[in-house]
Amino acid sequence: MSNKVGDIAKSSETSNLVIEINNLSKGFDDLQVLKNLSLNLFNGENLVVLGKSGSGKSVLIKCIVRLINSDRGTIKVFGKNVNELKSKELSKLRQKIGFLFQSGALYDSMTIKQNLEFPLIRIKKKLTKKERDEKIEEVLENVGLTDTLHKMPSELSGGMRKRASLARTIIVDPMIMLYDEPTTGLDPETSSGISTLINDVQKKYNTSSIIITHDIECARATADRIIMLKDGDVYMEGNIDEFENSSDETIQSFFKEKP
Amino acid sequence: MKKLGSSSKVTKKAIFVKLQIMRLGEKTYKKKQEANRMFAAIGDFTLFFWQTLKEAFSLDFEFNEFLRQCFQIGYKTVPLISVTGMIMGAVLTIQSRPVLADFGAVSLLPGMVAASIIREMGPVITALICAGKIGSGIGAELGSMKVSEQIDAMEVSSTHPIRFLVVTRVLAATLMIPVLVMYADALGILGSWAAINIKGSVSFVLFFHQAFRVIDFMDFFPAVIKTFFFGAAIGLVGCYKGYTAAQGTESVGKAANSAVVIASLLVIIIDLIAVQITDMLL
Repeated sequence: MSNKVGDIAKSSETSNLVIEINNLSKGFDDLQVLKNLSLNLFNGENLVVLGKSGSGKSVLIKCIVRLINSDRGTIKVFGKNVNELKSKELSKLRQKIGFLFQSGALYDSMTIKQNLEFPLIRIKKKLTKKERDEKIEEVLENVGLTDTLHKMPSELSGGMRKRASLARTIIVDPMIMLYDEPTTGLDPETSSGISTLINDVQKKYNTSSIIITHDIECARATADRIIMLKDGDVYMEGNIDEFENSSDETIQSFFKEKP
Repeated sequence: MKKLGSSSKVTKKAIFVKLQIMRLGEKTYKKKQEANRMFAAIGDFTLFFWQTLKEAFSLDFEFNEFLRQCFQIGYKTVPLISVTGMIMGAVLTIQSRPVLADFGAVSLLPGMVAASIIREMGPVITALICAGKIGSGIGAELGSMKVSEQIDAMEVSSTHPIRFLVVTRVLAATLMIPVLVMYADALGILGSWAAINIKGSVSFVLFFHQAFRVIDFMDFFPAVIKTFFFGAAIGLVGCYKGYTAAQGTESVGKAANSAVVIASLLVIIIDLIAVQITDMLL
């Protein structure tokens, strides 16, 4: 009986899985960045991945969208093994994933409107020009950047660029959001604004997110669950309270280092 | 004592030989690594070229970006090519005139200048200038896009970066450089007429008649054909160097620099091959 209950719980947990990573390894020359890492992302949750610089956080999410090919292990997104997908299948899967880059990665030669139109034209091909314009206005309003439509990325501040980049990511209604250090290089107030925006996006678009950060405040504001990476593997998993109350020296020193 | 001295000499010799062998081993290892890197780069470039070729025939051709690149590569290079073309024709005329005057053959000057410009000077000088301006521009632009993760952003938003960035630029360079060369040829001939009129008075109709009396189809045709290859080489090398730039801002400068150097070298090599082929056909 208990076995049956366990199976049901397991299967419901499995059906709720959005990303399933098993024994992922990745190295560059002599440096092994990820070592047999395993983690799951469940539907609708915000998973924060903490870790010091060089712990393999960014490599992890780049492996998920196959910007970097992993050496060993499996990455399943919506049950599909990313490493086995053909070019067209991978392209279709990527349409369901939004990726916010650390630098924002807005296209320099385009206005904000053109930046937002770029994925929209290619992914939501059926939209008319009017519908596209409405969608652009809607997402810019959501991130609080309505007056930047015809501005170039170079005319925006760091925080505004991050928000514009977030708008470009959510405009195609992704089901998964991957944030690569969304608050790095921003002042505390702007960082807090970005954290609020991450929560708003999760609520409004019902996304499941992996947030890579070493900003404790961002983790506090956004995390449903936290994973800490150390030496390419999961060092600890839990919620913010468990991390803050941990007596482990590594965890303590990490939390104390932050302002 | 003697025995000790001779044995220390032997030891020293042995150490010296050992060191030499070690140095030789190190040098061989370095050379092997260099050779590996070179072969890897050739393989990488071949793969890049193949992907570009494959994407060029894709149904989702980025026509708007192609037009934008034609404007960037073609129209925005016009002022530079105008000045260079005029000066090229004028200088060639001013330098050649005394030599021809010594032989009493000044009347051959328009024909000689026109043939030189159309066959060789126009295509090669224009292509070298384009290698500098367009090759470095493409290398730096794609390099900075790579460093600032814009190419990655394109890839995750389901846009093939080679199709959008590389194919459009290579095609635009392949089509625009022949046009720029023909424009430079025309201005070079105009510059020659202006230079002749500094010391004399020749009507443009007479100059034009004398210039094109010696030019036939086979002067013009091979010269135009090779410019398509110049354009493709400049575009492809610029894109490859930018697209494969390493991380860090320093690599952007390196990408632009090596794009110019390799593209210029390729222009000269393609010219040599084209001249040999033309010579064999005539």
